[in-house]
Amino acid sequence: MVELVLIPLLKIIVVLNATLLGVTYMVLLERKVIAWAQSRLGPMRVGPYGVLQPVADAMKLMLKEDITPARADKWVFTLAPILSMVPALVVYAVIPFGDQVHLFGRQISLYITDINVGLLYVVSVTSVGVYGIILAGYSSNSKWPLLASLRASAQLISYEIAITLTLVSVVLMSGTLSMVGIVTSQASQGVWYAFIQPTAFIIFFIGGLAETNRAPFDLPEAEQELTGGFHTEYSGMRFALFFLAEYANIIVVSSVATTLFLGGWLRPFPNVEFLSFLGVVPGWCWFLLKSFVFLYLFIWVRATLPRYRYDQLMRLGWKVLIPLAIANLILTAIVKVALA
Amino acid sequence: MSSPTPQYGPMFDTDELVINMGPQHPSTHGVLRVVLRLDGEKVVDADVVIGYLHRGVEKLSESRSWAQIVLLTDRLDYVSAATSNVGYCETVEKLMAIEVPRRAKYLRVILSELQRIASHLLWLGTHAMDTGAMTVFLYAFRERELILDLFEEYCGARLTYNSMRIGGLPQDLPPSWDRKVLEFCRIMEGKLEEYETLLTGNRIWLERTKGVGVIDGAEALALGLSGPPLRGSGVRRDVRKDEPYAAYDEMEFDVPLGVAGDTFDRYVVRMQEFRQSIRIIRQAMQGIPEGPILGKVPRLIKPPAGEVYHAIESPKGELGFFIVSDGKSMSPYRFRVRPPSFCNLQALPRLVKGHLIADVVALIGSLDVVLGEVDR
Repeated sequence: MVELVLIPLLKIIVVLNATLLGVTYMVLLERKVIAWAQSRLGPMRVGPYGVLQPVADAMKLMLKEDITPARADKWVFTLAPILSMVPALVVYAVIPFGDQVHLFGRQISLYITDINVGLLYVVSVTSVGVYGIILAGYSSNSKWPLLASLRASAQLISYEIAITLTLVSVVLMSGTLSMVGIVTSQASQGVWYAFIQPTAFIIFFIGGLAETNRAPFDLPEAEQELTGGFHTEYSGMRFALFFLAEYANIIVVSSVATTLFLGGWLRPFPNVEFLSFLGVVPGWCWFLLKSFVFLYLFIWVRATLPRYRYDQLMRLGWKVLIPLAIANLILTAIVKVALA
Repeated sequence: MSSPTPQYGPMFDTDELVINMGPQHPSTHGVLRVVLRLDGEKVVDADVVIGYLHRGVEKLSESRSWAQIVLLTDRLDYVSAATSNVGYCETVEKLMAIEVPRRAKYLRVILSELQRIASHLLWLGTHAMDTGAMTVFLYAFRERELILDLFEEYCGARLTYNSMRIGGLPQDLPPSWDRKVLEFCRIMEGKLEEYETLLTGNRIWLERTKGVGVIDGAEALALGLSGPPLRGSGVRRDVRKDEPYAAYDEMEFDVPLGVAGDTFDRYVVRMQEFRQSIRIIRQAMQGIPEGPILGKVPRLIKPPAGEVYHAIESPKGELGFFIVSDGKSMSPYRFRVRPPSFCNLQALPRLVKGHLIADVVALIGSLDVVLGEVDR
């Protein structure tokens, strides 16, 4: 009973809360880092150095009036934010934050579950999220959101292909779809896959930016063009769900990238003996640190680059990234067979 | 639109989407409204609707005294009030044949060029912001703040300066102001490098601006463009050079020209104008003569009957004033402004045709219009 229900339940509670807390503080981090990049201070009023800003934001969003446009499709309008938030959270079920730890005399693994098709699960669940955006744009019965949702669907479909192809080349290396298995195979091969699959790694990062609608690919919500994009008509908590889902997705992409390419919870150079003192830092700390590097990159890119145009974005996806990913996949397969 | 001929059989209707961009839109820089007809994301046609900021400045001027109108010209191009002041005052001086002291002329050049930098900074920031590069916006405003501080020290105001008088200037420079201006020029040169690092060589920026909204010199002239949009198309026309006013005939500066006439060339022209403005300010600061700052102006300003047109090069383009005086009343009989923003905005429907929505935003930014001047 304890093994089967209580522990997973506790894990789910911990992971969900940690994620939501992480998401709210990711927003603060972004505002702070961008502010520093722009020689500003960022939020400073709520709490020391603005550390309580997320609390204030959450309060504001919850207390705000929740407006449904008169001619909107009411059911779909409500469903859309849920549909984009839930997949973003459900993905965390298979993400391994660390190896096993001893707690209260029990062996506890630091992931909710390890299913043998973990990677497939991640890909399929995250692609459900786009329906939220499409339906939001459609149900708002407004022209700007409609344009945004058209952009979003085209963008997500084209970049998902490139991303999935890079994942396949990683799977070729590891020989397993299980997220834990991919990390352990990096441990046994003694190298992070970022070093033997650099092309896949870069494509994954660029595709990740596009998948999460981040700058320079933030076309579906380009506020300077589409006045806020698909969530133009949303307010209050429903808007907050979209907002949180976006940041939850960024953390998902960072975690997946960490797991697949940066060795998950492994310390740097997992097989080099004289660096074993690095092992005193627990695995989940390494995991968080590596994910944080990604999150920082996401913010940095946003502070620096202008936005792509729709046609240029599609061209980059279909004419550069996808052929590159296919070539990389074929090359990986050939090398793999040749070495075997 | 009547229903277009269905291309894919009766099942599919390919209507164009008519969409309203503005007057409340983050990238229409105030209250510009553009009615777009879209085919997917492609702009088939654009209709520019103006008048949301109409305050009747021209008519109002016909019932204000000549000196009071300086204040109204502040409200034309409100991000570049000093050049509007210069334009109006010089027009009246031309009508009344008032000789302006040389020191005043130099000061006018310095203030105009500082104002040009401030206006171009606002353009750079918003233009970059519209294309998604938001950091440049904050950087540009940081430096604009320094100019506003200089203006505040000179005349007490930060936006609507009322900084000119018919016949000269209201006051001389505050102590050690000249040193601060030179210090600003030094800072600005370094910051220009910073902007260019973020934009000029940036691949995404190049893709977003090159080949967007191309207009050749002849067509630009035919549409009445002036200022950087005209020079971006390679037409050598700068009122400061062609019909020098104030002390511009004594200044040495180049007129930056574009080649292709696209958004990128307009960008490059303005970026070079920053440097030319700094060059002019330095020369003027060095050669500034001593002497009075206000010429011999009658206590009661009452120009003789007649009409006059005088144009200056405002940051946006050729800013002209046409004034008719009947010689009897205390205010102009007719007061008409030739605003560069208004004329430049005419080109927008022509420029956006066939481009995507994202380009509309970039092109509005590239024309650098100020709605206060468009609507007056």
